[in-house]
Amino acid sequence: MQAVSQTVNAVVPHRPIAPPDVAGATTEPAWVRRLLIGVALVFLSLFLFVPLVAVFFEAFKKGWDVYLAAVTDPDAVSAIWLTLTAAAIAVPLNLVFGVAAAWAIAKFDFHGKSVLLTLIDLPFSVSPVIAGLIYVLVFGLQGWFGAWLIDNDHKVIFAIPGIVLATIFVTFPFVARELIPLMQAQGQEQEEAACVLGASGWQTFWKVTLPNVKWGLLYGVILCNARAMGEFGAVSVVSGHIRGQTNTLPLHIEILYNEYQFAAAFAVASLLASLALVTLVLKYAVERRVQQQLSQAKDTGASA
Amino acid sequence: MFLSKTLLRRHTVLPGFDLALGLTLLYLCLIVLIPLSAAFLRTTELSWPQFVDTVTSPRVVASYKLTFGASLLAALVNACFGLLVAWVLVRHDFFGRRVVDALVDLPFALPTAVAGITLTGLYAANGWIGQWLAPLGIKVAFTPVGVFVAMTFIGLPFVVRTVQPILEDMASELEEAAATLGASRWQSFTKVIFPILTPALLTGFALAFARALGEYGSIIFIAGNMPMISEITPLLIITKLEQHDHAGATAIAVVMLVMSFVLLLAINGLQAWTRKRQGK
Repeated sequence: MQAVSQTVNAVVPHRPIAPPDVAGATTEPAWVRRLLIGVALVFLSLFLFVPLVAVFFEAFKKGWDVYLAAVTDPDAVSAIWLTLTAAAIAVPLNLVFGVAAAWAIAKFDFHGKSVLLTLIDLPFSVSPVIAGLIYVLVFGLQGWFGAWLIDNDHKVIFAIPGIVLATIFVTFPFVARELIPLMQAQGQEQEEAACVLGASGWQTFWKVTLPNVKWGLLYGVILCNARAMGEFGAVSVVSGHIRGQTNTLPLHIEILYNEYQFAAAFAVASLLASLALVTLVLKYAVERRVQQQLSQAKDTGASA
Repeated sequence: MFLSKTLLRRHTVLPGFDLALGLTLLYLCLIVLIPLSAAFLRTTELSWPQFVDTVTSPRVVASYKLTFGASLLAALVNACFGLLVAWVLVRHDFFGRRVVDALVDLPFALPTAVAGITLTGLYAANGWIGQWLAPLGIKVAFTPVGVFVAMTFIGLPFVVRTVQPILEDMASELEEAAATLGASRWQSFTKVIFPILTPALLTGFALAFARALGEYGSIIFIAGNMPMISEITPLLIITKLEQHDHAGATAIAVVMLVMSFVLLLAINGLQAWTRKRQGK
């Protein structure tokens, strides 16, 4: 090779060639780059950063005392409890469902799988208002089970069960849709090996599958929880807005705001905004681990 | 045992199919399918002319126009700026890039009621942003423009998050080849990069559009909710429910549901297209 290139160099007179402009081929000139970054940041500032700052600014505008009074008001405290309760029921149920759905879809090959996948995603494309409405149609006074519920002295709509149901509906797909792609990428060889070696189904699940998907699971739970605590539309339809009884935090914000108690409304809103920030931090931290598990699965899948 | 005998395509040593699928189907039916079917079955209480009257009354039609128009506009704005944000986040490094990257998901994480009151405060005539627009004669809060602003906010992450992974995976050889063959930077963007991004961009656009169509919480605060002018369709459903007109509310809901299902199918198709393009 070297000999050839030497002869070529000897024959062809040496002419300096400008080195190819690799950087120029794959990136923009500096002024375009600055312009693009600038425009993107202005857009994001207007729609993301300024609103985020504004929540906390408005919350503390009238001082600590007003803030503390707003968040320790008995109605606010009961709203906090109801929000926590609804999330504490909805998230674990959707977690169990998500794991079951992912196990069935990722580890087995069966007829109707793609239909099932679409149906699991369905709640994301339904307006939250309609999510509330359908439970009114089933459990409300004029609903399918309305008369039966009254006869047996149960209350679903305008009571806590309705709020929990609506919350479950809007957060239905979160865990499942995080777990399914991850478990599909991981395949079923490891579980099959465990079973062949004599592990029971539950042992296989707890000792092989769960460690492999724990970050994806956590990621789904974080997103599910954020939506469960923040849901407004669906819960608003089924809650009945009874102060101190069926008001979740987002509904409490609405009531305060409509009564022109802006400082109090923003004080309560700042609690939920803090929750959103915590969610983003956790999400960012967990996201990388999920990516790691996913790329690991792809690597081992490729080498196998 | 019934499920595994009828549905499984091939034998496997793994247990738990019946339990897992049975639980999935039961939960899906109880939480999603049966209640949703209630919406469709309850509309049959209305005769066909009654149904058509309800869903085409002027106030309802005005709300469709607003909801669709504003959603479409918001999704378009998000497609343009979402592409730009994704581009800047993947291709350029600047101070605070990671923070910006994490904050893009804020509209997913921030409860809609919080977004609603905050945007209203900002865009009101005396708000931080509204005070600069008021002298120009631009009113945002309590007008249809406010609806558009709220929809843009909640749809913001969709395009960024669908385009970003495709941009990250894109091999730089493609652009280098284009440049070697004499393409200008602009040509290699429009002829090489953009076609690769198109399916993801369309998916993000459709997701943002679908989300905006059904959105309620962030909009009702900023919209002002004047009938015929700034009243969105989901709000009309609630209004009818509060008047105990369940049949009317359900009729409008069914129209919205059908539209969402059509969009869902379109999104599924687009995602399949994206995967095919990616060769996965």
